[in-house]
Amino acid sequence: MEAAAAAAAAAAAAGGGCGSGQPPLLLSEGEQQCYSELFARCAGAAGGGPGSGPPEAARVAPGTATAAAGPVADLFRASQLPSETLHQITELCGAKRVGYFGATQFYIALKLIAAAQSGLPVRIESIKCELPLPRFMMSKNDGEIRFGNPAELHGTKVQIPYLTTEKNSFKRMDDEDKQQETQSPTMSPLASPPSSPPHYQRVPLSHGYSKLRSSAEQMHPAPYEARQPLVQPEGSSSGGPGTKPLRHQASLIRSFSVERELQDNSSYPDEPWRITEEQREYYVNQFRSLQPDPSSFISGSVAKNFFTKSKLSIPELSYIWELSDADCDGALTLPEFCAAFHLIVARKNGYPLPEGLPPTLQPEYLQAAFPKPKWDCQLFDSYSESLPANQQPRDLNRMEKTSVKDMADLPVLTQDVTSDDKQALKSTINEALSKDVSEDPATSKDSNSLKARPRSRSYSSTSIEEAMKRGEDPPTPPPRPQKTHSRASSLDLNKVFQPSVPDILIITTHSMVKKLWYIILWNCMKLLKRTATKSGLLPPPPALPPRPCPSQSEQVSEAELLPQLSRAPSQAAESSPAKKDVPYSQPPSKPIRRKFRPENQATENQEPSTAASGPASAATMKPHPTVQKQSSKQKKAIQTAIRKNKEANAVLARLNSELQQQLKEVHQERIALENQLEQLRPVTVL
Amino acid sequence: MAVCIAVIAKENYPLYIRSSPTENELKFHYMVHTSLDVVDEKISAMGKALVDQRELYLGLLYPTEDYKVYGYVTNSKVKFVMVVDSSNTALRDNEIRSMFRKLHNSYTDVMCNPFYNPGDRIQSSRAFDNMVTSMMIQVC
Repeated sequence: MEAAAAAAAAAAAAGGGCGSGQPPLLLSEGEQQCYSELFARCAGAAGGGPGSGPPEAARVAPGTATAAAGPVADLFRASQLPSETLHQITELCGAKRVGYFGATQFYIALKLIAAAQSGLPVRIESIKCELPLPRFMMSKNDGEIRFGNPAELHGTKVQIPYLTTEKNSFKRMDDEDKQQETQSPTMSPLASPPSSPPHYQRVPLSHGYSKLRSSAEQMHPAPYEARQPLVQPEGSSSGGPGTKPLRHQASLIRSFSVERELQDNSSYPDEPWRITEEQREYYVNQFRSLQPDPSSFISGSVAKNFFTKSKLSIPELSYIWELSDADCDGALTLPEFCAAFHLIVARKNGYPLPEGLPPTLQPEYLQAAFPKPKWDCQLFDSYSESLPANQQPRDLNRMEKTSVKDMADLPVLTQDVTSDDKQALKSTINEALSKDVSEDPATSKDSNSLKARPRSRSYSSTSIEEAMKRGEDPPTPPPRPQKTHSRASSLDLNKVFQPSVPDILIITTHSMVKKLWYIILWNCMKLLKRTATKSGLLPPPPALPPRPCPSQSEQVSEAELLPQLSRAPSQAAESSPAKKDVPYSQPPSKPIRRKFRPENQATENQEPSTAASGPASAATMKPHPTVQKQSSKQKKAIQTAIRKNKEANAVLARLNSELQQQLKEVHQERIALENQLEQLRPVTVL
Repeated sequence: MAVCIAVIAKENYPLYIRSSPTENELKFHYMVHTSLDVVDEKISAMGKALVDQRELYLGLLYPTEDYKVYGYVTNSKVKFVMVVDSSNTALRDNEIRSMFRKLHNSYTDVMCNPFYNPGDRIQSSRAFDNMVTSMMIQVC
């Protein structure tokens, strides 16, 4: 195949390179194959990239391939030699002199690298001897294995522990893929997608490796499959030099067969940008929490506050907004919101943001793909009905806008636009373009039918889930609004996610605390009642009526004590004689209200008593001389009762403090639990 | 087609300015700065006469030997200034108008982004950048 052809050509070139003044290059069979693969990779990357090959390539005689400077430089850097050594090597091998990395130069350079790695000085003479293969440190998973053992090298392949590979050709391609894993500074934590590491690592939006992007962009479809955890490093073998179309096809086939049970449309191979059912539900719930009507918009400021909670940087959020707000109206409809949310989640999980809105995230696609979400109220039926209706006007809107813009650009338009607003502009021109509007429904329908693909829902294990679950919980929302939102939304969350256990924990601790409070209060009440009954404050309810005389003193005392408990101890003495009859007349009172009634009684009685306290007391004193004796007894009784009540108070106060302590401890426990949660969460959400 | 495009805020500080890199950028910045005076003059002149129908497109602000400077003002006093190469005689007025209209539309789109605070520099909007790039002269 082409690789072999390239090898042959390279060998020929190597042989031919002798004439150019280079020392004769004696390569062992294994070396030859490795070098040819490496060279083919670098050359292929150069060929693949649009115009990224060196301009001098045109000067090269046809039939020889040149390796682009970019991949070559990366490869050399992967050898982990100091840069001065690399410079030396490039000088020595003649690339600098010649101006490009031809096969000869490349091979010599590789040999020199091997020499340098084995500790030999970088000289032409060193490559004349037998050398181990140069070692290139790739990503942690596999690269070291590859060339670390020169002894094992045979003419055939290095035995690499791969997973499923059906054909030898795949292995070969994968070797090349492995080699091309460039050493971009950040290592992907996921299984290294071989050819497109720059595209899918945790990289800030500024892509430094513009050279590789062009080649990487072609590998667009396949690398997504590389994210499968099943298919390990060899993953998507794309980006190979000559056999790219074959490989691509084969990789697609392989990935289809290996990874997913059901296959969605292969024309949308961008797995990370697909929204799963779970995620969709979650996004919809979040949307509803912000805006109850699912067919309406979320305004810009509301959305801004919401998305700012995700702690992404403002420029990134701004870019995400730009991507997702397709009609640029400063508000998000439900599909736009889902797209934006999905982008945020993806970004938080480390995926770099796309250049343009992926097709699976476009509003028409989202609306078509999820026509009947599993919502649980009649609102949704109306929404699903209104969906097609809404879809059309919205698309109409967009069509109108685009058509308006096109119209605006036409130089034929001589009238100047007076209004500043784009909407005003649209409205003025829309009237004139009513004819075009009628045409638009047809076109929008077509676009909808084209874009709406029949999605089968049962993709239970899509790559995005696995890829993201490996990192963290896939639909974990960057903002954590459930704490602030109504219980309904938090409950929905609990339904949606398994790792919502911490949320449940919070809720249970909360309810526990509430229960504790109730328990405390109930205990206090009980204790109060008990102590009150013990000290005679609250006589047992049924015993009240049949004891008029002996209860008198009790009632007096209780009447006194109750107001004492509540307030106004000073007036009790005055009002007690007056109250004698009053509480007596109300024995069959409910014990619970005893506390309050005496208060009322006290207040009621105090009012008249204060007014007529003097004469009343005098009046009461005179006709009841015996009462005086009783009153002294009563005083003693009162005093003992007072003492008892004070003790009871103290006991209650102690109990109260203990319970308070317990409450504090529970609070602290809860705080500790929440802290633990928080500590656990950043690991997952970041 | 344009050599330099600038968006200037109401307070006369630049929100966005981009020149084609072949030339000395400072020169363009200076030209844009001096054109602001002309813009103000035109605004005030027109304002007194026709407050309601004040046109947004100001037309040719002033021509120099090598360049022509065109201006455009929005209702919120945000000014767009475009410097065009004089040798490019194929550019008609209508084309300039259409370019300004495109600029204006992209600017409105940037404003619609809630993460953009009015008065900030326009740095984050790729759509705006792309649009401006499409209007600038292709460096050959």
